[in-house]
This record gives sequence, C-alpha cells and structure tokens, in this order.
Amino acid sequence: MTTLPLPGADDDVRPRRISRRATGADAVFEHASRAVGASVLVVTGGVGLFLAWQAYPTLERYGWSFFTEVQWQPEADVVGIAAVLTGTAAVALVAMVFAFPLALLTALYISEYAPAGIRSTLVSLVDLMAAIPSIVYGLWGFSLVMPHAAELALWLHRNLGWIPIFDVRGSDPDAAVWDASRYTASAFCAGIAVAAMVMPMSCAVMRQVFSQTPQGEKEAALALGSTRWGMIRTVVLPFGRGGIIGGTMLGLGRALGETIAVFLIVSPAFELKWNVLEIGTSTVSALIAGRFGEASDAQLSALLAAGFVLFLITLVVNTLAAVIVGRSRSGAGTDA
Amino acid sequence: MTATVPPEDLTLAGATHLPTYDDDAAPAVPRASLGRLSPDERFARIGPWVAALGLAWLITQRLLPLGGLPWFLVVWFGLGLALTATTAAMTGGSTEVRDRVAEAVVAAGAVVVAMVLVTTVYDVVSQGWRPLTHLNFFVDDMSGVGPKDPFTSGGVAHAVAGSLIQLGIALVITLPLGIGTAVFMTEVGGRFARLVRTVVEAMTALPSIVAGLFIYTVLIRALGYPRSGLAAALAIAVMMLPIIARAADVVLRVVPSGLREASLALGASRWRTVWCVVLPTARPGLATAVILGVARGIGETSPVLLTSGAAAFMVTDPTEGAMNSLPLYIFSLVRSGEPTAITRAYGAATVLLALVLVLFVVARLLARPRGAKASLGARLVTRLGQAPSVRRRESGTRPGPATAPTHVPTTGENR
Repeated sequence: MTTLPLPGADDDVRPRRISRRATGADAVFEHASRAVGASVLVVTGGVGLFLAWQAYPTLERYGWSFFTEVQWQPEADVVGIAAVLTGTAAVALVAMVFAFPLALLTALYISEYAPAGIRSTLVSLVDLMAAIPSIVYGLWGFSLVMPHAAELALWLHRNLGWIPIFDVRGSDPDAAVWDASRYTASAFCAGIAVAAMVMPMSCAVMRQVFSQTPQGEKEAALALGSTRWGMIRTVVLPFGRGGIIGGTMLGLGRALGETIAVFLIVSPAFELKWNVLEIGTSTVSALIAGRFGEASDAQLSALLAAGFVLFLITLVVNTLAAVIVGRSRSGAGTDA
Repeated sequence: MTATVPPEDLTLAGATHLPTYDDDAAPAVPRASLGRLSPDERFARIGPWVAALGLAWLITQRLLPLGGLPWFLVVWFGLGLALTATTAAMTGGSTEVRDRVAEAVVAAGAVVVAMVLVTTVYDVVSQGWRPLTHLNFFVDDMSGVGPKDPFTSGGVAHAVAGSLIQLGIALVITLPLGIGTAVFMTEVGGRFARLVRTVVEAMTALPSIVAGLFIYTVLIRALGYPRSGLAAALAIAVMMLPIIARAADVVLRVVPSGLREASLALGASRWRTVWCVVLPTARPGLATAVILGVARGIGETSPVLLTSGAAAFMVTDPTEGAMNSLPLYIFSLVRSGEPTAITRAYGAATVLLALVLVLFVVARLLARPRGAKASLGARLVTRLGQAPSVRRRESGTRPGPATAPTHVPTTGENR
C-alpha cells in the first residue's frame, strides 16, 4: 500500500545544502597544491617582472633611440638594439626558410607515407634530434656546413645578386679566385645551424596534429577515389593548418632566442643590414653572451633591457602560436 | 578460419548445427594484400630514380661543368622528379602525376632531415673519436693540462661530474614544483589556476640566455654570491621549470576524467585519486616530459656560460666556486682556436651526445606501457615462436591498461 505524504507535513524539510568546499584531507590537498602553484607563479612571474623593472631605467634614459640606434658602445653612452634586432630577425628568418619545408615534409612523411613498421622509430628519431644539444648543432654548422654554405652563398650571389638581400658588398662574384672569407660567418650560415635545431621541434608539433586527423575523413577521401596526395591536400593539410602555423611559430620563437650556435658561427658586427650572405651580424642573445662579462651596472641594465625586448618578442610569437593551435579544429581536447 | 563440422553429425537430419571455427588455424589461401604495390608499379617507382642516377652522372661528370657532390645530388633529384612524372603520365593523368611527384618530394624532405641527423652525429664522432681512445679522457680532469698537450693527459671527468651535479640540483627543485603545479592546474582548477597556467605558458618563451642573465644579475652581481655550480643549477632550474610544468600539464590534461570520477565515486580522497590514479596513468608521458626537459637542461650552454665559471679541476661542492660542465667545456675549448683543444672539444661533444642518448633511451623505456615490460630479447623469442595468426590477433589487443599518452613531443608545446 502506498502512502502519500500529507500536504503541509514537510514544510520544514528543505533541500540539503550542497557545498563544493573541500573538507578534511581534500582541503589539505587543495591548499597544498595551491601553495605550490602560487610559489611557481611567484618564481616565474618574478623573473618577468624583474626583467621589466631592470629594463625600465635604460628605456627611460635612452627612450625611443634605444630601438633605433645601431651601435652598441656603452663606453660612449651610445646604446641601441636596431642592429641586433635586425640580425636576430635575419637569422631566425633564414632558419625558418630552411626549417619550415623540411619540418612539413618530414611530418607528412612520418604520418602519411612511412611504412607502419618504422613509424614509431622515425618519431623517436625526430624527438632525439630535438634533444640534441644546441652546441652540437653549433659545432656541426661551424665545421661541416659553413664551407658548403659559403659555396651556396657564392652561387646565390652570382646568379641572384640583383636581389638586394643576396648582395655581398666588397666582393666580386665573378672573380677568378673568390673571396671565401666574405661569405662565411654570416647570418645565412648561422641560420642553417639554427634551422637544424628548430626543425625537429616544429616537426614534432606538426606530426602530432596530423596524426589527430579523423581516420574516417581520410578513408572517405580515399573511398571517393582520391589519390594519396589528393587525400593529404584536401583532408590532412586543411585539418592540420593550425598545427602547421603553430609549430612554425614555436620554432620561430626558439630560433629567436638561440644563443650558442649563433655565437659560435657569426662574427659580431653592429650594422643595420639585410645582406644575409655577407660576413658579420649580431643577435640579441649573442650580444648578451659576448658582453655580460665586462659590463658595469648600467651596461648590465642595458643588456637586461635588450633581453627583455627579446623575451617580449618571443612571448608574442609563442602566444600567437598557442592561440592559432588552440583555435584550429585540430586543437580539440581529448577530454570532452 | 575453416568451418569444421564433425562428419558423423552429417547423418543426423533435421538437427541444427552451429559451425565451429578454429580461430588459430592458418587461412587456407594466403590473403591478397590489396594495398601492396604490384611489380609493375614498384618498377615505375624505383626505375626513374635508377635512370636519373645514371643520367645525373652523365650530365655532371661528362656533359656540363658541374663538379662536386652537391650538384650531383641536385641534378639527380631534379631528373628523378622529371622521370617520375613522365612514367606516371604514361599510365595515368595529371592526378597521378601530381600524386607521384608529391610522394617523391615528401620522401626527399624526410631523407634530407635524416641526412642532417646522420651528418651531425658523424661529424662530431669522426672529429672527436681520437681523445676517446685514451682512458684518461673519462677519468681525469684538466688541471695542469695546457691547450696543446696530447690526449694522453687531461679529460672530461670534472665536466661530466659538474653537469650531473648541476642537473641534479635543478631537478630536485623543478621536479616537485613542476609536477605539483601541473597537478594544481589540472586537478584543482579555478580562476587562480588559469592565471598560473597563463604565466607558466608565457615563461616557456623565456630565452635561456635571459634566464642565465637573470641569475647573474640577482645572485652574482646584486647579492655578491660567487660564480658557482649552485648558481648554474638555479639558472637551469629557472629555464626548466616552466618547460616541465607545461609539459606535465599537457600530459595530465589528457588523463580520462572517467578514471578520476571512478576513483572519487569509490570514496577515495582527492589526494589518493591523484597519487594512485592520475599520476600512475600519466606515468609514461610524465617520464618522457621530464627526461626530455632534462636533456634540454643538460645541453643548454648559455645559462651556464653566465653563471658557473669554468674550473679546470674536479669540483664536487656546488657552493664552493667555479664549476665546469660539459657544454661550457666544449664551448670554451672550441673558442680557444687550438686544433688539439678543438679535437678535445669534439670528444667531449661525443660524450655529451652519448649522455643525451642514454637519457633518451631511459625515457623511452620508462614511457612504455606497463604490459610491455618484457625485455626485447624475450619478446622476440616469444613472438618468433608463435603461429602467424596468433601473432596477428595478439598484436591487436596488446596495449593493455595504457590509456595515457605514451608519447610527448619533446618540448611539450602541443596543446
């Protein structure tokens, strides 16, 4: 027999209060991990704030000319990062010109063309390349690549010298004995070494995104009679567009901040130029590595300001990359 | 897959028989592999490249003044593409031509990258093997050894020890903080966690030289602390902390929330859920993330260059003063310009490469899912001893409990 509660009998019964507040051990866990998070926030955020705080006196003193002045002569009170910024951009752009197509092709090969049996080995090899220290790539670029890069630079100068960036001043490309020293230690040579360094990183990101392409869509394209390249062009590449752009920009961010490979290869020169094949350039990080030792406090502040500007640039590049990867369809999380 | 019906049952009419299948029997006819290339097609893929090889030799060595290996490779590649396109056009239309050419270009890109890896390793090892043949290279330090001294004196022991000590200290700092932060960001969440995540992601953009400059300015210039292994370890830690925290965050985020909810629904506390469910599930990915972060930390020269100072002798106390490390040792020897010293630097670079390789292999072994722990030899023996059909079925169901990603891109920069 069913009894129905009489109306009015449960007037004083209210819904149980539900609280998400953690109690007991859960509260301890929550507070402890919050404390860890806060300490990491303080440490990492502190570095950024400290850089900004140290950079401020320099930026205030030199004002806008800090960005337009070419020379770096702290003893003459002339300090500017125009030359090193263009040098940084030149090295990074050369690096990306080499790294982007190679990373894209390798990622496509691993995810679409490679036999299934060796695929995981290839993935490991790319990761291993990314783990190789940058100084090793520096040595590789210094001893093995630079002579060949100089010949390639000569060829570019001889045949494409009318394009301003391929011009090498003070050298005749058609001379009987070519002046090899004008073509070495350039942004071009450094860019190749940096490209070898950032390529595996971009490739890993791209491959990761390509491998998330929905299998059904790929099979649908093939079932409709598409060739493998047609399938890649219409399914894999559009799906992975975010990953391609994001991976490239992450590589660019790393290329901008690379120090040792560049410092080993280039011969320092403070000059505002885009002749990437010509000897001599300088980057922000190579400037810091070369000048920190003898710096006075004021010069150290100027170096920190340069480092801060570099950090801001890489930050913008990385953030853009993160936004692009996150916005694209391929950024969808697995944890729905 | 053959249906076997017992013969005596055939006499019983009217009864329904369910055929029984012998799953383990080999198929009666070998299966045709639909995806595999026919001999014709295989010839059309390989033939053009062989022909191009001969043509390239003819053109570069006999016809045109294009000496040197680079020109030979370039001409070979160009001719190979042209011949591939021609062969494809003989049997198909423009779609086939584009497909073949794209395939060739993609494969060539991968080959170039493989060449980069091979030449890098070959260049370092071929120039640096001579010091490695002397035992003292591994057990001695450089005290009292001049740049022109032969390889029978001096070694890298102090640099290896310094690298390991600095890395150990950096790891003691970054491992609990990095993984703790990742746990906070994924398990607790909230507005504050989003702020932490934003800042940590922003700081992964910090160039390593700036991390070194930060420690140099604060610890050495402002506080007057001497250049030492501890300062170098702190600089490495500042550089590694955001990288490890972010990579661990990426790994923890893909742990299925069903596992978490199951644990909580069984009455486990949050702490137990993290410790017994989330972290073990993510273990392979975490190991990869951490060890690749370590590989990055051990190879990074610029923070060490600014903060540690280079000692030529063995230093085991990180607070005591200048302490060398492998990247710094390589860098200073290469900069010295002395041929003997440069060879020594290549030898040290070989040691560094080997160290990174060992770390990498350890990461791969740790990253394997629990079920596949048998050693390589044992697995080979069991696999070779099994019938083909068994092998096929087994490989389909192998992965076992692994739900977490076993692979993390090196830098953890995927999202």
